[in-house]
Amino acid sequence: MKLHRVFALVQRHTFLIRRSPPRMIEMVFWPVMDLFVWGFLTVYLKKLGPAVPASITFLIGAMIFWDIFFRAQQGVTMSFIEDVWAKNLLNLFVSPLGLDEFLSATYLIGLIKVTVIVLVLSGLAFVFYDFNLYGLGLSLIPLFANLLIMGWAFGMFTTALIVRFGQSVEALAWGIPFLVQPVSAVFYPVSALPAWLQPIALCFPSTHSFEGMRQVLEGKGFPMHHMLWGFGLNILFLLGAGWFFSLMFKVARERGYLAKFGTQ
Amino acid sequence: MANAVDVQSLRKTFGKVTAIEELSFHVETGEIVGLLGPNGAGKTTAISILLGLVTPTSGKVRILGLDLPKDRIAILEKCNFTSAYVNLPGNLKVMENLVVFAGLYGVRNPKSKIMALLERFEIGHLHDRISGALSAGESTRVNLCKALLNDPELMLLDEPTASLDPDMADKVRKFLRELQKERGISMVYTSHNMRDVEEVCDRVLFMQKGRILTQGTPAQILEKFQESSLEEVFIRVARTGDLEEDKIK
Repeated sequence: MKLHRVFALVQRHTFLIRRSPPRMIEMVFWPVMDLFVWGFLTVYLKKLGPAVPASITFLIGAMIFWDIFFRAQQGVTMSFIEDVWAKNLLNLFVSPLGLDEFLSATYLIGLIKVTVIVLVLSGLAFVFYDFNLYGLGLSLIPLFANLLIMGWAFGMFTTALIVRFGQSVEALAWGIPFLVQPVSAVFYPVSALPAWLQPIALCFPSTHSFEGMRQVLEGKGFPMHHMLWGFGLNILFLLGAGWFFSLMFKVARERGYLAKFGTQ
Repeated sequence: MANAVDVQSLRKTFGKVTAIEELSFHVETGEIVGLLGPNGAGKTTAISILLGLVTPTSGKVRILGLDLPKDRIAILEKCNFTSAYVNLPGNLKVMENLVVFAGLYGVRNPKSKIMALLERFEIGHLHDRISGALSAGESTRVNLCKALLNDPELMLLDEPTASLDPDMADKVRKFLRELQKERGISMVYTSHNMRDVEEVCDRVLFMQKGRILTQGTPAQILEKFQESSLEEVFIRVARTGDLEEDKIK
């Protein structure tokens, strides 16, 4: 892997964002709007009285954490789609850019975007709703990393689908994360799900991050069990997504799809 | 010295469609070879295979002494490509786009290299212009600058003078010949502009239905088939699909 190629792609996206104020605003607009909705909801629920636990503010943490996964996935997929829209894919594919370098660049772009968003959201959450994300302490790091890695794996998978099936499946770039949201125990614990669905939910690394977050916020200590499960599952997800990604590119080369991407 | 390109018994099928039936050719080091043929002849598929975009069904391809697809990345480090139909992203400035590609190719001192190339094509004043706002001719020249960033040993050019006015087209043709002399760059050149082919190419391969029908220097082909121009040869190939010697006038 050559780092100068990775940085060249990151530089391209930096130029893009710098050149486009709407892109800069869009990067934080939707997460901030979501934060306001969930933040005001928690304020309202707290006012309902003692029936609502004080830890209801975990909804804000859940929303911020969900954005980590969603934006990490988007970072990978949108980097690819941007080049599809710009008809630049052919130029990239005929350069010495390897798939590993392409993915590394998209991961880095996703990480930068997620970090900016988390900093903005955590600041606003503290100012407006007295919610301190950093109260999670060192647990924040593995919880954050777990969701980031799962986002990367899903981003790889979505990109691979677009390579194979073309722009007609672009909508998956936005839709696929929401397939796992109901079973990732984002805003409610796994125990709220039907009994038959709970084992399925626990097969996703994201579920372990959200359960782990709630455990820390409820003062029940470091969620080692969830962290180990989350990382273990992430290794499987990454390997599976990586295999699928390579396979789809292989199919695309055999069937001439890469050449078509550049000219359609 | 190894040839720049060696293609042996290349075949490519897409399902039931045979895009390349049987293709064998070579490009010598420092040679400019034109790949001609009507639409559907297999030129684009052949170029796509040379660029590593498409995997052949069978056959062997060696570029600059390296094997495709095994050494694809090493080959692409030494090659470049430009097409009149593939532009750089329109939402970045010319300099930004070229800096990105300079990074992909590992070019040192990219900005000075880029300015030198832009000046050579008389578009130095466009370095700060948004790429999407360029005229077709200006975009073509920027694409040529991109294609020369890494001092390639092999260039693949797809209609490089399309959209250029006669004056600039003539300058680009002369420039490509100069490059060949100065640096010994090998080129595979596809074009529907027969003047391009006659003035630039050392040798021409006529393709039809996935095969090479005939090859030779432009002068040899004209003499052999007793047509007054390559355009007449092209039209005959496109309309009849044949160049058998018993049908020569």
